[in-house]
Order: sequence, then C-alpha cells, then structure tokens
Amino acid sequence: MAAYDSKMFDRRFVLRAAGLGSVLAATGFGFPLRASASTAAAYPADAFKQKGEADAVKTLFGQAATASDKVKLDAPEIAENGAVVPVSVSTDLPDVTAIAILVAENPSALAALYKFAPGTPPTVASRLKMAKTTPVIAVVEAGGKLYSATREVKVTVGGCGG
Amino acid sequence: MPSTIRVRATASGDQTDVQSLIQHPMDSGYVKDAKGELIPPHYIETVTFEHDGKVVLTAFWGPAVSKDPYLKFKFSGAKKGDELKVTWTDNLGKTDSSVAKIG
Repeated sequence: MAAYDSKMFDRRFVLRAAGLGSVLAATGFGFPLRASASTAAAYPADAFKQKGEADAVKTLFGQAATASDKVKLDAPEIAENGAVVPVSVSTDLPDVTAIAILVAENPSALAALYKFAPGTPPTVASRLKMAKTTPVIAVVEAGGKLYSATREVKVTVGGCGG
Repeated sequence: MPSTIRVRATASGDQTDVQSLIQHPMDSGYVKDAKGELIPPHYIETVTFEHDGKVVLTAFWGPAVSKDPYLKFKFSGAKKGDELKVTWTDNLGKTDSSVAKIG
C-alpha cells in the first residue's frame, strides 16, 4: 500500500476544518464541500436525478450522443451480482474532456461522470450497481462532441435492494 | 482516525497508474434494513485526484456506484516520489483526504 503520512493528513485536516468554519461563518451556507477550493466543477445534481439515460445525457451535455466504435466499453455479458459489476471505459478519441457511464434500467440512469484534465488519458475502470438486466451506456465527450457505446449486461441478482 | 482511502499510484515512463479504494457504504436510498425501513441515501458525490496542485481527474458519483468504491485510471506528467492527493466528499457533507507517494 502506498505510504501515507498521517501527521500531514492530520495537519491538513485541521487546517481545512478551520477553513471550512470560516467559510460557513461567512456565508451561513451549509455546503462545505462545494466551498472546497480545488474542485473546479460543481456536482451535476440535476443530471443524476434524471430517470432516463437520454434525459441524463441531455442535462449533462446539452446534446445527444452518436454511437461510435472508438468508444470501448467493457462490462460482463452476465453479472451474477448486480451490486458489483465491473465496468471500464476507454477511447482513442482525442481531446476527451469527460466520460459518463449510464445504467439505463436503474432508478436514475446516470451512474458516474468523470472529468479529465488535459493530458489525462481517457480511461477509467470502476464498479457499478445494476437493478436488473440493462443496457449500459458509455458517453465520451471529445472536442465538444458526444460519442457513445452500449452493451447489454444480464443481471441475475439485482443490486438495488428490495 | 484511520483513513478511508487506500491509493496505489505507480509511475512508469510518463504515465502513472492509479488504483484507489475508498471505504464508504454508498447507500442508494432504495435498500431496506432488517426492520424493513429504508436506509437513507448516503453516497460519495465527488472525488478529486490532485497532482502538483492540479486536479488530474474528477469523479462525480451517483448512488449506483458500488459500496467501497474502486477506481482505476491513469494520468501523465508525474514521476516517482511525487505526491497524489485524493479527496472525497459525500451527500451528507462528510469528507476525507489522503496523500499518497507515487512509487
């Protein structure tokens, strides 16, 4: 595991906690996270609330995506456990600024959105929950245009409880 | 307080491979507990990875991201010995941060 300096962490934590206190005091506003300096973009709460995948993409990017074989979406054909489905997305497209991953049959389609700094290669892998058998859609924003890839994942046991 | 964040970052050439694992329930708000009551939503909304004062990747997550989220990605421009700072914040305003040395 990577080395991790607990003293430094503690000091930063205290400093940040103090900073948050003053921000809160100054604004009287209860969203300390959004006041954290280095995260440039705000959490796209509206897009995460959209039920359908098309609405979520539209809310996020203001346009629809076209299917492209340059978007590589890796997900299992059959997922035995819908609570943990490995999904990875990568692309050869240049100037990628964002990758969104959507699970169409989930209560809210948008699962994750990744924003890439210039120079960060557009590849990301993580694990998602899926309620039932569903198309999974990866949307790549590159040079201001949207490209997508879709894969069907068969889910044997749903991952959204109930 | 033990950190909720485990990060492994390895530089090879210009690229650095990053794997991170964060301890978090990622409750979606749809799951019921043993008494049949809904567990309220509690999930990480934002994770940032910073190198040399610059954010190299921002992750925005919804409740569909699995419990104890795992994330793997790459970025360029770092060398061995540099620091990578990981920060997450969740929908209840909780936050944690950790600094890893790139190996």
